[in-house]
Amino acid sequence: MRRLYSAPTPPATLLITGARLVDPRSGVDRRGDLLINAGVIAEIGEPGLLSAPADAERVDGTGRHVFAAFVDPHVHLRVPGQEHKEDLHTATRAAAAGGYCAVVGMPNTAPVVDSTAVLGSLRDAALREARVPVGFMAAISPGLDGRGLTEMVELREAGALGFTDDGRPVVSAGLLRRAFQYQRLCGGVIALHEEDPTLSGAGAMHEGAVSALLGVAGIPSVSESTMVARDAALAGHEGGRVHMQHLSAIESVRAVEAAKAAGVRITAEASPHHLTLIDEDVRGLDTRLKMNPPLRAETDRKALIEAVRSGVIDCIATDHAPHAREDKDVPFEEAAMGTTGLETAFAALYTNLVIPGLLELGTLVERLTAGAGVLDLPMPLIAVGEPANVCLVDLEATWQVGEAGYESRSENCCFAGRQLRGRVLMTVAAGGVAYRERAFAIGVA
Amino acid sequence: MNNLLSIEQLDRDQIERLMAQAARFAEVSDREIKKVPTLRGRLVVNLFYEASTRTRSSFELAAKRLSADVLNFAASGSSVDKGESLKDTIATLASYEPDALVIRSPRVGAAALVASWTGVSVINAGDGTHEHPTQALLDVFTLTRRIGRLDGRSIWIVGDVLHSRVARSNILAFTKLGARVTVCGPPTLIPPGIEALGCDVRYDLSELGQADVIYALRMQNERMHEDYVPSLHEYVSCYQINAGRLAAHQVLMHPGPVNRGVELSSDVADSPQALITAQVQAGVVVRMAVLYELLAGPRVTGGGGAPVAGAASASAQLA
Repeated sequence: MRRLYSAPTPPATLLITGARLVDPRSGVDRRGDLLINAGVIAEIGEPGLLSAPADAERVDGTGRHVFAAFVDPHVHLRVPGQEHKEDLHTATRAAAAGGYCAVVGMPNTAPVVDSTAVLGSLRDAALREARVPVGFMAAISPGLDGRGLTEMVELREAGALGFTDDGRPVVSAGLLRRAFQYQRLCGGVIALHEEDPTLSGAGAMHEGAVSALLGVAGIPSVSESTMVARDAALAGHEGGRVHMQHLSAIESVRAVEAAKAAGVRITAEASPHHLTLIDEDVRGLDTRLKMNPPLRAETDRKALIEAVRSGVIDCIATDHAPHAREDKDVPFEEAAMGTTGLETAFAALYTNLVIPGLLELGTLVERLTAGAGVLDLPMPLIAVGEPANVCLVDLEATWQVGEAGYESRSENCCFAGRQLRGRVLMTVAAGGVAYRERAFAIGVA
Repeated sequence: MNNLLSIEQLDRDQIERLMAQAARFAEVSDREIKKVPTLRGRLVVNLFYEASTRTRSSFELAAKRLSADVLNFAASGSSVDKGESLKDTIATLASYEPDALVIRSPRVGAAALVASWTGVSVINAGDGTHEHPTQALLDVFTLTRRIGRLDGRSIWIVGDVLHSRVARSNILAFTKLGARVTVCGPPTLIPPGIEALGCDVRYDLSELGQADVIYALRMQNERMHEDYVPSLHEYVSCYQINAGRLAAHQVLMHPGPVNRGVELSSDVADSPQALITAQVQAGVVVRMAVLYELLAGPRVTGGGGAPVAGAASASAQLA
């Protein structure tokens, strides 16, 4: 069944000429022309050789790149209940501006997405407001209280991609075991925010030398890794399908690697901020750098990068978490956890991982799209006959984060003020043009 | 120097300059009339989000000895109880155009955050479990008056280091002045990674004899309920500084208030080796020196309620 929802957009007819086309899954990495006709990839040809229908828009892609557009399996849309932070329109504008053709919302809203009534209203809202296709996860436990199971079969029938209590761990191993058992009936991925609250306590940042210096209560790495290991074992025992959200610690990477080697049906994600920033960056107590899990040590960051490179970490997810100014304009320990990320993910990773040679460009594109595979969504591909899901990117463009504002309603971006390279100029999602960079001029043929 | 936010931000020269200034004020304190007109017409606001007796009263006394006006703003019973944010409270107080804002908050980084919002000179009077820089300065003042320079001296800080802003500021201040600092306490109350501040870590007192100075921290009752230590009895048997553990060549310090019978036995707390009363006395002159350094020196104009430079230097000459 269809599990992505968006407002109707006119199908694009578009000829992008002379760009470098990159989609490792389709084996595409070449300069060429790309013709999109009525929202479908119609032709791929040598540069300058394709001709376009008379009504086609022509885009000069010379010196630029076209990627298979990105899929984010982990964003906070804040709908319903926290529309002052974000709504479906602003979130999907931000997604499109970041080169995303699909995003998946988490259920920790107010009310929680734990019933078909809430899910149905979200679906309807997305059909009116979403600029790029949106999918929804439902809660594992009603109200995220960790006490029982939601009506997982009905939620799946109403379109839920899977289940998560994200924002909170499933503390009870017994309940999680039941969820894995019930998954055999309803399907859908079970995605887990891994944290042992008796270890993380009132912590506000990574436990290490920086937290010792600042006197801020620490969140030790083992609060995550012990739960990753526990829940991988549970999934393995029940034959469940599990996805580990926002890994932050080297020990967690090792636990996922061991589970994969043991044959557990497990996938994992890492966020752009954990791949680019560390606890040292938190010394100034900038609340935009407060998130859960916290930014950890350089050894953790290196392990995450290596895991993204090797595939132990399957995909990159932003954990886009918009917050109102008053939630962040307070002392660090009181500040809300989370950073926005959709608009900066590609540029932050390109600048900090690809340019220094830590990650191949093709691998980055692959991991930014792989969220689709994790959640059994259609994979964006640059191949003839596929629906057009591509983004046009200028890798030479340098920009300062936040200088021109954000498409998101919130401005709590951990990369604010930083100079990044790589700017998304245009995004085509589900066959329609979802975004054009303001300064990017286009000419119709 | 516009603000005093942490010991971390100070270098040895700045600490020594503050000590020299405090020594001059200590001479004034020995006179019959203890007041100088240095900060006449200036306004010092004390904003305390936590209960405090000695820090708040010594800041108040220090400001008054310098002839400044003092406004005490306690968070309880105020607009803060009605849910006002820190930022809005600061905006309200800034509208009185104070020259200095002394803030104590249960939150790490609160003083620095306030300094980023206002051009007023901000003094950190304790920010959560981060730092308490004026406590460290008064401890340095007290200690150097008693034992001279700290270079090469061994100082043991004993107790609940994890929850102690005094410990953090003092480790930094003592090491900046050349001392070797060892922290000692139950492993549950020593923060992982504390060695990065330049101190050694011990979990028992077996080598306490090597210390020239023992600095005992307050052991709060609630730590027992949070399972950091199994019982007060066991803490006392492992870590209490008492006559059997305090050697004749050692001096003893404590930031107060003392839990007699817990971290200190009464006999050592009252012994001539204890500097506890001297620490309190030093609090006033050291805080005078801090206020003087921030308000009476040549000012960097920074907006807010900053006075004109001419007025500042005129009052400085009166000192």
